[in-house]
Amino acid sequence: MNVLWLQSGGCGGCSMSLLCADTTDFQGHLRDAGIEMLWHPSLSLASGDDVLALLQSIIDGGMRLDALCVEGSLLRGPNGTGRFHMLAGTGLPMIHWVRELAAKAQHVLAIGSCAAWGGITAGGDNPTDACGLQYEDERLGGLLGPDFRSGSGLPVINVAGCPTHPSWVIDTLMALAADTFREGDLDPLARPRFYADQLVHHGCTRNEYYEFKASAEKPSDLGCMMEHMGCKGTQVHADCNIRPWNGEGSCTRGGYACIACTEPGFQEPGHPFHQTPKIAGIPVGLPTDMPKAWFVALASLSKSATPKRVKHNAVADHLVVKPAVRKTRLK
Amino acid sequence: MSSRLLVGPFNRVEGDLEVALTIADGRVASAQVNATMYRGFEQILQGKDPRDALVYVPRICGICSVSQSVAAARALADLVGVSPPPNGQLATNLILAVENLADHLTHFYLFFMPDFCRPVYADRPWHAEVCRRFLPDSGEQVRAATAARQRWFTLLGTLGGKWPHTQSVEPGGSTRAIDAAERVRLLARVREFRRFLEQQLFDAPLELITSLEDEDALWAWHARDPMGGDLRCFLSLVPDLDLQSLGPGPGRYLSYGAYPLSDGGFALPGGLWRHGAQEADPVDTHSISEDATHAWLAQARTPLHPWHGLTRPEPDKPQAYTWNKAPRLGGEVIETGAIARQLTGGQALVRDAVQRHGGVVYTRVLARLIELARVVPLMEAWLQALQPGERFCEPVHLPEHGRGMGLSEAARGSLGHWLVVQHGRIANYQIVAPTSWNFSPRDAAGVPGALEQALVGAPVREREKTPVAVQHIVRSFDPCMVCTVH
Repeated sequence: MNVLWLQSGGCGGCSMSLLCADTTDFQGHLRDAGIEMLWHPSLSLASGDDVLALLQSIIDGGMRLDALCVEGSLLRGPNGTGRFHMLAGTGLPMIHWVRELAAKAQHVLAIGSCAAWGGITAGGDNPTDACGLQYEDERLGGLLGPDFRSGSGLPVINVAGCPTHPSWVIDTLMALAADTFREGDLDPLARPRFYADQLVHHGCTRNEYYEFKASAEKPSDLGCMMEHMGCKGTQVHADCNIRPWNGEGSCTRGGYACIACTEPGFQEPGHPFHQTPKIAGIPVGLPTDMPKAWFVALASLSKSATPKRVKHNAVADHLVVKPAVRKTRLK
Repeated sequence: MSSRLLVGPFNRVEGDLEVALTIADGRVASAQVNATMYRGFEQILQGKDPRDALVYVPRICGICSVSQSVAAARALADLVGVSPPPNGQLATNLILAVENLADHLTHFYLFFMPDFCRPVYADRPWHAEVCRRFLPDSGEQVRAATAARQRWFTLLGTLGGKWPHTQSVEPGGSTRAIDAAERVRLLARVREFRRFLEQQLFDAPLELITSLEDEDALWAWHARDPMGGDLRCFLSLVPDLDLQSLGPGPGRYLSYGAYPLSDGGFALPGGLWRHGAQEADPVDTHSISEDATHAWLAQARTPLHPWHGLTRPEPDKPQAYTWNKAPRLGGEVIETGAIARQLTGGQALVRDAVQRHGGVVYTRVLARLIELARVVPLMEAWLQALQPGERFCEPVHLPEHGRGMGLSEAARGSLGHWLVVQHGRIANYQIVAPTSWNFSPRDAAGVPGALEQALVGAPVREREKTPVAVQHIVRSFDPCMVCTVH
């Protein structure tokens, strides 16, 4: 499967993350899966005129393009000209190249939340008029338009995340290379279901604190970060705590809130990232699929039943009260 | 007869880069460096809660993400007037060092060395061996280094949750306390990386590498086994390709000082190093200014200090040719990076090599590899110094008004954040990144930036459209274009 990887209005972090893929031989892993990188900005030898010749041969039909991976938002400004990113050496805006190449691609992948929805680059007043390939925040459209379908008939595949997890990218590419990926494998926001049908909450190591509403109050506290610290893990679609990052990590395991980086519009939550917005003391963002009345009732019940150990440890950065040891055979 | 050449897209530079060259008599006569992409982080941050910077700024850059976080956390700490507890300081040093060393490894194996595999060098005696080691998709050492890098970053999974865009770095320290058992595992991971460096890169113990006190000692060690390990493989190319005289920089080197210590000093002290100096001058950050004459950005009457910096696009501005401003220190062009840190940080071999050759392709790459050998033992000591059970992070309360400066050293050089807060909101946020310095455009006086100067005189072969010597020089700075403009 011939893959072309382009970067535009982003940070390159999804590529850097990709290189952290859990394999002892990254280059061999791709090759063995039948994935041929025609060109990647960080990984390929070709520069300058060699790259331009490759892009032209794809557009002319001389070179088959099976998967176009775009990392970074698409910068439409200023005034629709795309001049906030002119592809070096070409005098043409990157959005021109992306449109031309997407029209030739069997599959188009948005790598990371910038390419999927606009992401961080679309923050604030969105000074560069940044958008995703087929979305602008949660609205269909983006650079390629709501009706775009790649050669395979699929919409743009949104491998969203900021950065995106290396395995989300590689597993998607491997499934495409094996021709086992179908439209039904995408969720309603066109994210691969294999990671987007989970919630960040699933597998969270803080779950005992969550159950008892024993909450962290300051950075580095061990408690649940939903009530005060802005954590959206109970609402956010991703398997970060089932498929950890860089060995044994995740945001919540690193001591900071899930900021919903796989979700459209996460860059402008309407409140400071580190604070949970509340109405009458109740978090506005309740756990997915949970009715408010149930949440309120459960929260008040579990708060009143919080064991001392959980309560104290929640506001410390290490265990100050250890679980009791009962020297009997546990029933 | 002179001709023009427009070179791009450059890859293996992190971000997009274009260089316009004027060629005369087979050499570069002048160069203009264009950072081709603008995103507007300094505009996006306006009006936000100051702590939101900790979410936004790491996302300026996917390769110096932690460096950006550290600079922002320090700017916020400066605003409040606090410093992290000892564990927080050590953990932050460790997190930053993981990124910086990974970047050095990535630069050498994935970004810099592959250029020597180009067919233009097919007649050189070392070419087949270099291809065996460094071809991007199949080179044995490239693959081994990618695997070592992947393992190395598992340190950050534990120390900071994930990389890039690690959000554990706070003004009050680190949000992830490390316990004694975790420390044992982290030390084992550092030893694993040490083994990779000692077996593959250096073919020698790290302590032997850092004890090479001058070039004579370096080249005597090289002569014992000229292709033994990847550093000596690189050294073998240096005289053959004249890399010791390729790409001379401005001869002034800036480091803000890397890895603060609890006594107030730095593990790698900073300063301004002038060519031929015996010691570093102190850095006066008040003398930093940015000139927007040749940037597609609004320009004040005079160059501005970052406290008063202005970032407003003017895409139709005449005479502009890049999105990057021109930073100057006391009005002067400077170079920054591992070479500066090792000069101001007193590394004997790097000082000797730069004294003889200046800042060139060879000395920039040498300094980076020496830094790898020098910082790994520091990390081992920092891990040992952690006090499990003691605080890693103190809560901080931000004032409604004030300002803070945060300085950091990214792999590729000096990074500064200048934050102004009014009514509890960000009123101005200015970022001067390492490659903003190194790949600066001309200033109002027409003085070219460091890379623009370094490219002058570079050889251009007949019919070359992407001159290989230009690529070596550009990549020797380990540029990060996404940081440059941000």
